[in-house]
Amino acid sequence: MRIKVRTLQALMCGALLLTSGGAGSGLFAAEAGEGAEGATQTDWKAWHADFDVANKGALQRGARNFANYCLGCHSLKYMRYSRLGQDLGIPDDLLNKYLVPPGDKPANYILTTMPPGDAEAWFGKTPPDLSLMARARGTDYIYRVFKTYYLDPTRPTGANNLQLPGIAMPHVLSELEGLKKPVYKSVEKRGEDGKTTTEQVFDHFEQVAPGRMNAEEYDAFVRDTVAFLSYVGEPAQIQRHALGIWVVLFLLVFTWLAWLLKKEYWKDVH
Amino acid sequence: MAENVVVGDDAVDLSRRKFLTTATVATGAVGAVFAAVPFIASWSPSERAKALGAPAELDVSKIEPGQMAIMTWRRQPIYVVRRTPEMVEHLKGHDELLKDKDSESSDQPPYAKNLFRARLPDVLVLIGTCTHLGCLPKQRFEPATPDMGAYWPGGFFCPCHGSRFDLAGRVFNGSPASVNLRVPPYEYPSPLKLVVGVDETQKGAA
Amino acid sequence: MAAVHRPQGSSTPERKGFLGWLNKRLPVDEFIRSQLTGYYAPKNFNIWYFFGSLALVVLVLQLVTGIFLTMFYKPGEATSFDSVEFIMREVNFGWLIRYLHSTGASAFFIVVYLHMFRAFLYGSYRAPRELLWILGMLVYLALMAEAFMGYVLPWGNMSFWGAQVIVNLFSTIPAIGPPLVEWIRGDYGIADATLNRFFSLHVVAVPLALLLLVMLHLVALRQTGSNNPDGIEIKKNITPDGFPLDGIPFHPYYTVKDVVGVGVFFVLFTIVVFFVPTFGGLFLEGPNFEPANPMSTPEHIAPVWYFTPYYAILRAVPDQRMGALLMGLAVFVFFLMPWLDRSPVKSIRYKPFISKLALAIFAVSFVSLGYLGLQPAEGSYVMLARIFTVLYFAFFVLMPIYSRMGQPKPVPERVTYHAH
Repeated sequence: MRIKVRTLQALMCGALLLTSGGAGSGLFAAEAGEGAEGATQTDWKAWHADFDVANKGALQRGARNFANYCLGCHSLKYMRYSRLGQDLGIPDDLLNKYLVPPGDKPANYILTTMPPGDAEAWFGKTPPDLSLMARARGTDYIYRVFKTYYLDPTRPTGANNLQLPGIAMPHVLSELEGLKKPVYKSVEKRGEDGKTTTEQVFDHFEQVAPGRMNAEEYDAFVRDTVAFLSYVGEPAQIQRHALGIWVVLFLLVFTWLAWLLKKEYWKDVH
Repeated sequence: MAENVVVGDDAVDLSRRKFLTTATVATGAVGAVFAAVPFIASWSPSERAKALGAPAELDVSKIEPGQMAIMTWRRQPIYVVRRTPEMVEHLKGHDELLKDKDSESSDQPPYAKNLFRARLPDVLVLIGTCTHLGCLPKQRFEPATPDMGAYWPGGFFCPCHGSRFDLAGRVFNGSPASVNLRVPPYEYPSPLKLVVGVDETQKGAA
Repeated sequence: MAAVHRPQGSSTPERKGFLGWLNKRLPVDEFIRSQLTGYYAPKNFNIWYFFGSLALVVLVLQLVTGIFLTMFYKPGEATSFDSVEFIMREVNFGWLIRYLHSTGASAFFIVVYLHMFRAFLYGSYRAPRELLWILGMLVYLALMAEAFMGYVLPWGNMSFWGAQVIVNLFSTIPAIGPPLVEWIRGDYGIADATLNRFFSLHVVAVPLALLLLVMLHLVALRQTGSNNPDGIEIKKNITPDGFPLDGIPFHPYYTVKDVVGVGVFFVLFTIVVFFVPTFGGLFLEGPNFEPANPMSTPEHIAPVWYFTPYYAILRAVPDQRMGALLMGLAVFVFFLMPWLDRSPVKSIRYKPFISKLALAIFAVSFVSLGYLGLQPAEGSYVMLARIFTVLYFAFFVLMPIYSRMGQPKPVPERVTYHAH
């Protein structure tokens, strides 16, 4: 099923992007988001969140991660707990036990309990609602934010971020990931005036303190969370893919019949 | 079976033409029906409407005996009457005046298809819209009042078109309404803690 | 030769029963005869001739999906964005109806641009079809207005800033500019008032104008008859009983053919709707999933792809007023096509090399400008945009000269058609 979807996407892009050239190069990154293979630590901008939004297990783990680490500050104001339970196949009793906060109803929207005023006082800005973050900024963006936190004593939170420099959010996952600092390398650069200058460029991260998870576990944790946020951005997408295949197949049959009919009638025309 | 018509030099296979026309038109019609589904479905209650229509709770112990509380479930008024023993007693003795005394053709869950039309004899739960054209019947709990007549055992009177119902919501002869007031699905998860919209047949009917 | 079924005589046969009753009161048969079975179209239409009927199909699709979206959408600064998410998440199949509409907008421009290019290829704008062309251009203008105002309605951040930029274009009009902009907005910035008037225009006024113009466009087409890839008037070769020799009845021949086109179109269309509805940010842009924020412009602001050729022209000019003027001219100049083209032949098939080259350069310029309009206005992009802007206008301005140059190939008496 997943392969089919990707193939159709590829066909589509090929067919309709003939005229728009390079404008389509971002297509796969945005819609499919694959290809982490071969990405080195240095070119973190090429990291892709590889996930499958049809994988309910990943979405369930992502939902758990969100409830444990994000919901304290971030809401999903367009999403209901009950919808989550339905789409992700979480039974009502488990949904109530692990996801719905005490005193809240399953039919309610997923709202943070943090008063907005407090948030602004603590972080300088209100933590944004994450319902549409995956759609607005892309899943790769979220993935890279989680993966490029580093120690920075000059920041009030003690942490900074390559993807989002000057990020207001503290590294809430540091207990899982551990702490890391960036290692820079000198790169010679020729300026417009022809002079050569040396610049410090990010090379790789160095683990300073271990977290509860090793690198692979943390990566899986982040991918699950990103998959969940992708689902939350557009809950209909699973249904969309499943329904789409039948619609396209039906239309192919119809078009084939219409083509036979056309051929038949046009035998008259000489 | 090809029926061939010769036009000029050409043999036109009319049966093939007819068959393909029928097949294309039929497939197109099926497609049109499928295409209409999402548009028609979009009119059904949205997830928001369903969430707002979730089961509603009421603490029945807060209602004084002989009094009625009105709650809302799925945008409908739900009448909850705490019946006194006298009111329960008045449910008997006027069967011949009723259109549907055993609620055979009326709408209620199986557990409310009894004399009280309720799970508990002393608590009546009804959807408070008249089965005639949807107005809200008014309470006329006092028996034999001058305006309602000497026979009146106490019940509901609809001001719009004059339908009369007894204290189990059963409709009297001579009313424009033809069936008894409807009973919603409900249950008591704990004594006198009423939840409307759920019962053993429809769990969490949101 | 004449294997094509032609209706006998010019009047429709008498009918009995209900249809007879009906036809005495409503000219149903007469309409079908004059518009379909008795309307003769050249038999040599190629793939370029699918896009007219497809535009009509997309128009209907947009009307139907639009009517349904209007049932759930709530215009207003405080409600627009939420109501779109409500449609996407909580209305049954709301996501599908919305994606059909948003993809339909882009599909509309794809088929209309291809339809217009067909006219460029085969000289369909030339006499006697000048008015047909002008009506078509008016449809295109109405479509641009419709698309722009529709884009504002979701009230995302791109909606807001797109409206801000486009409305501010009017401020470049001398003297009346600034008060005019304030009047269009109905406030001192893009606001609730702007959103609500755009909503009204988008769902009522412009669709009515579109329908009227499309109808006139079709009536004018019926009057002149269709052009064809050879650019020959089929009315010149008539059978003794009055039928064009190279014409075939629109129904059934072109109805069955157009249905195939519609089928292929919907296959491609639904693949986009179901598998790549944002089309990598070309059909639905990422920043528009953030609510409108008058205090924060998106980092990279570009209109939707179908406006980017003109947007690139606007940005290519280093002067505000000149840029806006050139942008307007870039659209307006299309109206002059029937009088700019002085070639003795209509179709590109018989035009000399220089005209073919000019059209090719124009097509490349238009597509390139479209691409450049999506890119940030910096570095070599600006220079390229300037080059293509010059080429774009050169195509039109020099047309009266180059269209008369060179030796056209001889135009055949009859259309070229090879039965398959």
